[in-house]
Parts: sequence; C-alpha cells; structure tokens
Amino acid sequence: MDVVNQLQRQFIDYSASLHREGFLDDQFTQLQKLQDDNSPDFVVEVASLFFEDCEKLINNMARALEQQQGVDFKQVDASVHQLKGSSSSIGAMRVKDVCIAFRSFCEAQNREGCLRCLQQVTHEYSLLKNKLQTLFRLQQQILAAGGSIPVVE
Amino acid sequence: MESCNCIEPQWPPDDLLMKYQYISDFFIALAYFSIPLELIYFVKKSAVFPYRWVLVQFGAFIVLCGATHLINLWTFTVHSRTVASVMTTAKVLTAAVSCITALMLVHIIPDLLSVKTRELFLKNKAAELDREMGLIRTQEETGRHVRMLTHEIRSTLDRHTILKTTLVELDRTLALEECALWMPTRTGLELQLSYTLRQQNPVGYTVPIHHPVINQVFSSNRAVKISPNCPVARLRPAGKYMPGEVVAVRVPLLHLSNFHINDWPELSTKRYALMVLMLPSDSARQWHVHELELVEVVADQVAVALSHAAILEESMRARDLLMDQNVALDLARREAETAIRARNDFLAVMNHEMRTPMHAIIALSSLLQETELTPEQRLMVETVLKSSNLLATLINDVLDLSRLEDGSLQLDLGTFNLYAVFREVLNLIKPIASVKKLHVSLNLAPDLPEYAVGDEKRLMQTILNIVGNAVKFSKEGSISITAFVAKLDTLRDSKAPEFLPVLSDNHFYLRVQVKDSGSGINPPDIPKLFTKFAQNQSTGTRNSGGSGLGLAICKRFVNLMEGHIWIESEGLGKGCTAILIVKLGMPERVNESKLPYMPKMPTNHGQTAFPGLKVLVMDENGVSRMVTKGLLLHLGCDVTMVGSSDECLRLVSHEHKVVFMDICVPGIDSYGITIRIHEKFTKRHERPLLVALTGNTDKVTKENCMRAGMDGLILKPVSLDKMRSVLTDLLEHRVFFEAI
Repeated sequence: MDVVNQLQRQFIDYSASLHREGFLDDQFTQLQKLQDDNSPDFVVEVASLFFEDCEKLINNMARALEQQQGVDFKQVDASVHQLKGSSSSIGAMRVKDVCIAFRSFCEAQNREGCLRCLQQVTHEYSLLKNKLQTLFRLQQQILAAGGSIPVVE
Repeated sequence: MESCNCIEPQWPPDDLLMKYQYISDFFIALAYFSIPLELIYFVKKSAVFPYRWVLVQFGAFIVLCGATHLINLWTFTVHSRTVASVMTTAKVLTAAVSCITALMLVHIIPDLLSVKTRELFLKNKAAELDREMGLIRTQEETGRHVRMLTHEIRSTLDRHTILKTTLVELDRTLALEECALWMPTRTGLELQLSYTLRQQNPVGYTVPIHHPVINQVFSSNRAVKISPNCPVARLRPAGKYMPGEVVAVRVPLLHLSNFHINDWPELSTKRYALMVLMLPSDSARQWHVHELELVEVVADQVAVALSHAAILEESMRARDLLMDQNVALDLARREAETAIRARNDFLAVMNHEMRTPMHAIIALSSLLQETELTPEQRLMVETVLKSSNLLATLINDVLDLSRLEDGSLQLDLGTFNLYAVFREVLNLIKPIASVKKLHVSLNLAPDLPEYAVGDEKRLMQTILNIVGNAVKFSKEGSISITAFVAKLDTLRDSKAPEFLPVLSDNHFYLRVQVKDSGSGINPPDIPKLFTKFAQNQSTGTRNSGGSGLGLAICKRFVNLMEGHIWIESEGLGKGCTAILIVKLGMPERVNESKLPYMPKMPTNHGQTAFPGLKVLVMDENGVSRMVTKGLLLHLGCDVTMVGSSDECLRLVSHEHKVVFMDICVPGIDSYGITIRIHEKFTKRHERPLLVALTGNTDKVTKENCMRAGMDGLILKPVSLDKMRSVLTDLLEHRVFFEAI
C-alpha cells in the first residue's frame, strides 16, 4: 500500500507542476474526467493522436516555409490553425499560445517570424511529449501496483 | 121455270149506282187486303212492337172486312146460294172479329196514348238536362277562369304585377268595359284610384272613404251591385244612355303602414281596397250569380297574393337590414381584432421595453443608496427608489392583468410549503402593521396540510394583497388571518352561484379569512371592489397608493385556481372580512415534496444522462474530434464521427438528434452544410439540431450561425459539465446560443 500511496503522491505532484508551469491547462483535467471504466485509456489515446498530428503538421509547416520561391502562407496558416485546434482540445497551453503568435506572423506574411515560431513550437512540443510520457508511465506504475489513478482537481 | 137457288139482287145490275158500288167495293177490298200487308211489312221492319196479338186481330178483322167486300162483288149479279152463304159466313165472322177487336181496342188505346205522354215527358226532361248541362259548363268555365286568374295572380310576387294581372284577367273572363282598383291613402280617409284597365295612368283621383255605398261594400265580404252613379263608378266618359251594371267588392289588405287609427273608432282595424267592375254599356248584360262568385273569389285571391307580396317585401327589407348589420358587425369585429392585436403587440414590446429601464433605475438607485451620500441626497434617492418600485409594481400589475384577461396566463404548479407561505406573508406585513400599531395574528388549522401543490408565487401574491389591503385600510385595531381546509358545507355558502366546488381525492380547498377592524366598506360598494381601476371614491381621503388593480388581479388568480374570493362587511366603520377559497392539490409523497423542484440539473451524472442519444460530430481536426467524442460518450450518447462535410451529409439521418459542427476550420463551409441539411430535412421534427463549435469569440460568427439556420453555438473548450448542461438546454428548448 505504501508503494501505491507514494506513487500516487508523486503523480499528484507531477500533475500539479505541469499545470503550474503552464504545460497543461484545465482542458486536460476535463479529459482526465472523461476516462472511466468504459474507456480506460482515453487520455493516452488522445495524447498519442495529438503527437502524431503534431509531427505531421510541423513537418508540413517546415516544408512550406523552406520554399525559397514563395512561401504559401495560406497553407502554413491552415496547418497552424489545425495545430492550435488540437492543442487547445488536449489542453496543451504553451503550444497553443505559440500557435496564436504563429498565426499573426502568418497573416503578416513574415517568414522570419514564422520560422522562429516554428522552432518554438517544435521545442514546446517535444517538451510536452516528454512530460506526458513521464506522466503516463507513472500512471501505469500505479495501476500495476494495484492502485487507482487519483483525480486531480 | 127453273127454280134456282140464286139470289137476285134487289136492284138491277145495270143501274149506275150499282156500278159505282161495284167499283168501290172492289177498291175497298183491295185496300183492305193491302193494309194488313203493309202493316206486317212495317212491323216486321221495326224491332219493337209490343202488341203482336192486337195486330193479328186487327189484321184478321181487316182481312175479313176485305173478304166481305170482295164477296159482295159477286152479289151484284145473280149469284147462287153458295155465294150468298159464303157471304153470310164472311160477314158473320167479320162481325165477330170486329166486335172482339173493338173490345180489345178499349184496353189498348189508353196504353198507346200513355206511351205518347211518356215520350213527351222524356223530351221535357232532356231539354231540362240540356239546360243544366249548359249551366254546369258555364260554371266550370268560370272555375277554370278563376284558377287561371289565380295562377296568374299568384305567379308573381310583385304588387303591381299582381294587381294589373287581376284586372286584365278579369276583363278577359268577364268581358268588362272598365275595371278599377281603389286603394286607401296613407291617411286612410280617402280612396285613391290606383289601377284601371283602360286608362293607362290614372291621375290621383280620390274619393272620401266615408261614403255609404263604400261602407256597405266594406261591411260585407260579397260582391255588391252598386249604382253606376256612385262616385267610384263614375269612370267612363259620359254620354252613354244605358250604363252597364256595376259591381264592387272589397279586397282586404295587410296592415302595413303604421298610421294611427284612433280617429276611426267605428271601423275595424282592417284596411280594404275597393275593386269596381263595370259591364259594357248598352249591352243589356246582367251580372250573373256565378260571375259575382267569381269576382268574390278573385278578390280573396288578390288579397292573399298581396299579403304574400307584402310579406316578401318585408322579409327582403329585413334581410337587407341584416346584411348591413352583418357587414357593420364584421367591420367592428375586425376593428376589435386589430385593436387587440395592436394592444398585444404594444404589450409585448412594452413588456420588455418598460421593464428593462425600470430594472436599471431600481438597480442603480439601490446601488447608489449603498454609496456615501449626504442626508439630502439619501432622501432624494430613497424617494426615487420608492417611486420606481411603485412604478415597477404598477407595470407588472398591468401586464399581469392583461395576460390574465387574455387567458394566456398559466399557473406555475409546484409543490410548496403552505405554512411557509403564511409565515412569509406575516413577516412581510409585520413591519407596516407595527408602525400602525396594528396587531396581526395568524391562525392555521391543525388539519391544514404542510405541503400543497399549486402556484406558490401567485398564491402568496394574492394573500399578501388581501392582508395588505386589510392593513392599509385599518387605522387601529387588529388583523386576524385564519386558514383551514374548507369542508363541503362551508364551501356551499360562498354566495356565488357559479362556484361549484368539486371534491376529489387529491385536491383540497384552502379557505383563508382575513378579518380587520378597519373602516369597513359600504355593502353596495362591495361588487365594485373587484372591478379593475375602480377606486372607491366615497370613503374620503385615502392614501391608498393602489392602482385599483390589486383585487381585480387577485380575483383572476383565484379564478384560475378554481376558487372564489369575496368580501363581507357590515358597513362603514365596522371592519370587513375578506374570504378566499382556492383549490390546491395534495402532494403525492411527503419525501418527494420536500425536494424543491429544479428542472435544470438532472440528479444523476454519468452514463445515463442522455442514454442512446444519437449524435453526429463533424470535425476535421482529429484530436479535437476525439475529445468531443469522448465527452459525448461519457454522457452516454451514441456518437458518429465524420471528418468532412460530404461524409457528414451522407451519414446524417433523422435518427441523429444533434449534429455538432466545428466551424472554425477555414476549409469547411459549415454554413453551406447547414443549408443543405435544412433542405434535406423539411419537417422540423425530423431535422437534427445543428450546433456549432467554435473558438471564435466574436459576434459576427454568432450572427452568421443564427442566420444560416443553426440551432446553437458553443465556445470551445467544452467542459463535461458545460456539455451536459448544453445538451439538457438544447433538448428542452431546441436552441442554445452561448453568450459571447
């Protein structure tokens, strides 16, 4: 029991820190609420989907911005829009914030600004991915130890 | 000398005389033989001759006579005895037969004579019958004429045609020289020549009605022969020596005009017209009885036809009048409808427009009260607040009353605590009562149920109004409020014939009596109390501050609650008692009634919130799609996911109750999809509710959504609770636009 309690405490602390640092916001908590006996891996599934989506979109954007002849800002904007939607759906606050800035650069057709944002987005995305993977590992450990995932309010 | 038995004639045969005798005898014999032959011949020819035997006898007699004369021929010369004896025999026989015949004839001749008499008699009879036949034929002819005349007269309903036809037909039937109709004038004192046969337009030629001849005609219903010198008959040009006979008959008229006949005490109230018929002059014709009868019959028929025509005229007039009235009524109704519609429109607008500024004023004034104010300012603000509260109450009252009158007000039924209502009323009224130093007591019967089903707010409003009135109109003394369950006998004496209480198992009648010792009311004024806007002017100065609507509204509420309210007072200065009876329902279960009724929040969370609700989610973004799906699955919905508009249109069916569409993706024309879905489902109840999910927080998006025909709009991100309440609201109201 002690192990479980310890793990749970660790989990809670880690979640709280993620929220505090702005990696995740309320939306993620909502997602966690949706996880129940019918869909026990809901959050993990959503997160995996998000990661796939992100990589695809980032690659698209990178390719579009690398075009020397003429950057298709519309396409970039569409991708950013998608990324913004996905990140806000999952609760990835920092990613979303970068996307907002990214969009204004797209509208201004500022290539430099876009490239910088793209870099930022990539950076934030990899950070978030690591953090979430740690979180999920903790979850699995708790479950393996026979405990239940504590609900973080 | 030979002795022969011959007999010699006495005279010599050569004598001339003898010769003549001889010839005569010969001819006599001839005739005598031929007569019977003729007789036989003719009798054989005729069918009937009853006296054959007589004939035979007569024949024999004649034959024998002839024989005698024939044999006589031989006796002129010398003849033998044989001849003489034959002659003698013949004579003897002849004598015998003739005697017998003579005797027979005595019997026969009277008979023959009587035959003759009978023949004469029959001939007379036949002549008489012929005469009678002639008469009958004439009568029948007359009858036919009458029928034809009647038919002609009755075939039209126009007065003038009737009268003209009458005259024409009478002329045809009776071959008159002149026929005239005299109608009584408006005043009734004269007869005016209205219609004549020969003259086309009779100029107003009048005759006073009090002529003895005319009176005579009017007093009998028969056709009367009058003198041609009578004023009514003097229509023909003078110069005829022998004016034809004149007959006059009365024609009864319907009592149409309404002149006063009080100057005619001796005459009956019936009015008559006079029909005068004149036979042709110099014709020596006379009025026959059947002709007079014909005239009488015609007069009657004319009277009937005229009365029919008059009735028809009357009914046509009445019908026209009715039609005019109908048109007027229709117009009035349409005007009333327009007025009502205008009023309703006005109220609908005023409802919102008036209350909004009112609330602003009240809210801001109360806020102002909270701030730092000088005493003067505070006083001013308090006045403003009081006045605006009054105004708000007045507005509410007026609007409530009009809603009540329309019948559009419905009670908000719910389970509530009855005791709490009374306690609340008491709490509200205590401050004012204590200021006026009035003592208020509340007495609730022990059998009064604690909980009841009814419209709590309006019941409280009504009781508060009555108690408020009691406090308002009492300067001193006490107010007592009693409430108990009304039994059937107490219900019956409610002095209202139309109040028929019906007791049933799950209802009870609450009776509340509010007795005050105030100024009382004059009993005749009591009915006016419940009419709206009627202030009681006669009771001196009253700072009532009421709009006069309170009791009227209370009465309407009480009526809605199937009850009755009335006030009893013994007179001015003797206080009054207000009694109200309302029908309330019994709560079904005690524990259920303890819960307040909250329609918004369902008591169970999780899976069974919207079991099996079929939902379609359209979102291009995979992550966001998955999140939305997870949300809806968690709420128990049956979710179908689509990633493009084509897929959405393909899969959407009438089974889906809600369609969530993410509209912030630039590639998808969500508005177009909305329109296509509207086209696909023409029936409103088949169409799923269309809800937009968007992260855009601007009004333009919201307006576009509304204009495109979407039923709702939600801002992302959507939390679980938010989704739950949105779905609840959506399914209840079929529309949900989040406030942006």
